[in-house]
Amino acid sequence: MKYVDEFRDAALARALAAQIAREVDPARRYRLMEFCGGHTHAISRHGLADLLPPEIELIHGPGCPVCVLPIGRIDQALRLALEHDVVLCSYGDTLRVPASQRLTLLGAKAHGADVRMVYSPLDALRLARQMPERQVVFLAIGFETTTPPTAVALLQAEALGLENFSVLCNHVLTPAAMHAILADASAATLDGFIGPAHVSTVIGSAAYEPFAREHGKPVVIAGFEPLDLLQAILLLVRQLNAGRTEVENQFTRAVAAAGNRKALDCMARVFELRADFEWRGLGTLAVSALRLRPAYARFDAEQRFDLPYQPVPDHKACECAAILRGEKRPEQCRIFGTGCTPEHPVGSCMVSSEGACAAHYRHGRARQAVIHPITPA
Amino acid sequence: MTPLYSRPLDLEQGRIELSHGAGGRAMAQLVAELFAAEFDNEFLAQGDDGARLPRCDGRLVMATDAHVVTPLFFPGGDIGCLAVHGTINDVAVMGAEPLYLAASFVLEEGLPLRELAAIVRSMGTAARAAGVTIVTGDTKVVERGKADGVFITTTGVGMLRDGIEVGGANARAGDAVLLSGPLGDHGIAILAARHQLGFESSVQSDTAALHGLVANLLRAAPATRVLRDPTRGGAAATLNEIARQSRVGIVLDEAAIAVRTEVAAACELLGLDPLDLANEGRLIVICPAQQAQAALAALRAHPLGREAALIGEVIADERCFVQLRTRLGGRRLIDWLAAEALPRIC
Repeated sequence: MKYVDEFRDAALARALAAQIAREVDPARRYRLMEFCGGHTHAISRHGLADLLPPEIELIHGPGCPVCVLPIGRIDQALRLALEHDVVLCSYGDTLRVPASQRLTLLGAKAHGADVRMVYSPLDALRLARQMPERQVVFLAIGFETTTPPTAVALLQAEALGLENFSVLCNHVLTPAAMHAILADASAATLDGFIGPAHVSTVIGSAAYEPFAREHGKPVVIAGFEPLDLLQAILLLVRQLNAGRTEVENQFTRAVAAAGNRKALDCMARVFELRADFEWRGLGTLAVSALRLRPAYARFDAEQRFDLPYQPVPDHKACECAAILRGEKRPEQCRIFGTGCTPEHPVGSCMVSSEGACAAHYRHGRARQAVIHPITPA
Repeated sequence: MTPLYSRPLDLEQGRIELSHGAGGRAMAQLVAELFAAEFDNEFLAQGDDGARLPRCDGRLVMATDAHVVTPLFFPGGDIGCLAVHGTINDVAVMGAEPLYLAASFVLEEGLPLRELAAIVRSMGTAARAAGVTIVTGDTKVVERGKADGVFITTTGVGMLRDGIEVGGANARAGDAVLLSGPLGDHGIAILAARHQLGFESSVQSDTAALHGLVANLLRAAPATRVLRDPTRGGAAATLNEIARQSRVGIVLDEAAIAVRTEVAAACELLGLDPLDLANEGRLIVICPAQQAQAALAALRAHPLGREAALIGEVIADERCFVQLRTRLGGRRLIDWLAAEALPRIC
């Protein structure tokens, strides 16, 4: 497959891994956080950790959209679907996140709620046009990657004068989450960040300058392919060896310093900053999320359906919070793989394949397994 | 007695009505003009409630499968041929020769007769091509909204020759794992036909009857231990089932697993894994390593196995892990799919 295979070349990957192994200082460790769930997924999918020398430790960050959504937000969506008889649309993984009483949106569907999986907010918009007699709500989640499409759907809804389309907005901001992680005491042990891929195409590489400058942590923005990640790790090792703390952009084929002006403009027209927002794992963070501007209030499901937010504590045994902050590894949670599995997730990190727990459950356990060479065909 | 004249079924404009399942003349007419005409054989012609089948010299194998698919017609097939192939394959992967099928239809009121006729024709064609006879059947009609057009349950009977012992619990450490062709065609074809992809796709379902391929294989590699068709849940689920039944581990070589470029591209865009996608005409074979080359040659000699490959091997592992050695030389665990294959967000 063109434009993909080139970035998965096994010989180049081995060469990059060997270069990393040559350049690491055996006297130290390199604790690198991949912020983005897409990176977590790519690392486990391609088995990248097996290629790296033991000095490199990859820490999963909070950049998995469904993982950081707190129970109270899913509860709002459940109330909409079950009590307000709306057509509730969202992305696939969101539908499986357990909320209060471990009910999921897919579970609500089995109870008769009209819950639909969509690939894009524009699919939800289309449903609203097809069903003028029904209220259609798009449960919008995600970082800056999924925000511009929601903005476009709202601009279109406005242009069409749709009365039956609204958005339950849970869009959150990457820099706010990185600040929160770095403000935490445990951040002292983090050496650097593999910066997000798709998020950075929107917000640009310049958005990470404060982390390098003020917190003294190097950031290397990386694409989602294996060679992207390996090259980014090599760049981070070089920065750390040289005592540099800079923002570098490995993903130059897609990320510009200023980001995507058009996408940012769309977002700015429709959204404004929320005073604060509760994140799963990171607590309530000031100016860390978006809501609809007053001019778009009629498309705001929270206002249209009067849905006050009620925080709900996580399950007592669930360690998603510490895992999202990079303080614990999935296998350090005592319900990992027993009380909490992909079939019956307790915490959100076990739901999406981008979640640290699901990625480790699906792909990581093999690292402890026996393996023999395969007989060549 | 000469039956009174009745207007033939209107296969152009007509639709299924509740009377078509009520046991009266309308039902008799539907059975006679559509099902019996298309499936025509001596057993159906007896017109009894069941089929009296000839003696057969061997152990019997029986399998049943309910078929529900949206849409009813998709690139490369339809629910009719799928219902025939699905059950033939369940019998075939027991190592048996499929002989007879029973077919049971749940029809939704309002289903256009034109569509039903096309489905029934497709079943007839698929069964004749496979040399399998549809010997008995049943039809029920449910009110509009109580079904999704048509549900078809088929039950198959086949004969198992002595000496053939295949089963999910038979895999042993050291055995070879083979796959008959590329993965994920059916899954992507269905997603594309549902217009859920947001882009056009030329991928056709791989739906096919596998018993000819199985017969070829078993002649060349009679010691074959496990046969499976990786349908729902894909190769990931099938291999995990085998690993658990046999109490072994399985190691796959990613580079050896064929996936069509179009399927791989759709998976990349949607965040799906080809190993999780359904197939309807692929065969997974586990055989002793010393018969692996013979098995591979036999698979490749058949039109349905031209792209067959040796994709991995069975190892001793009491945790029954299915592992993938990635192209890059790393490895990951191939787990069962937790739920329906849902696209990732970004």
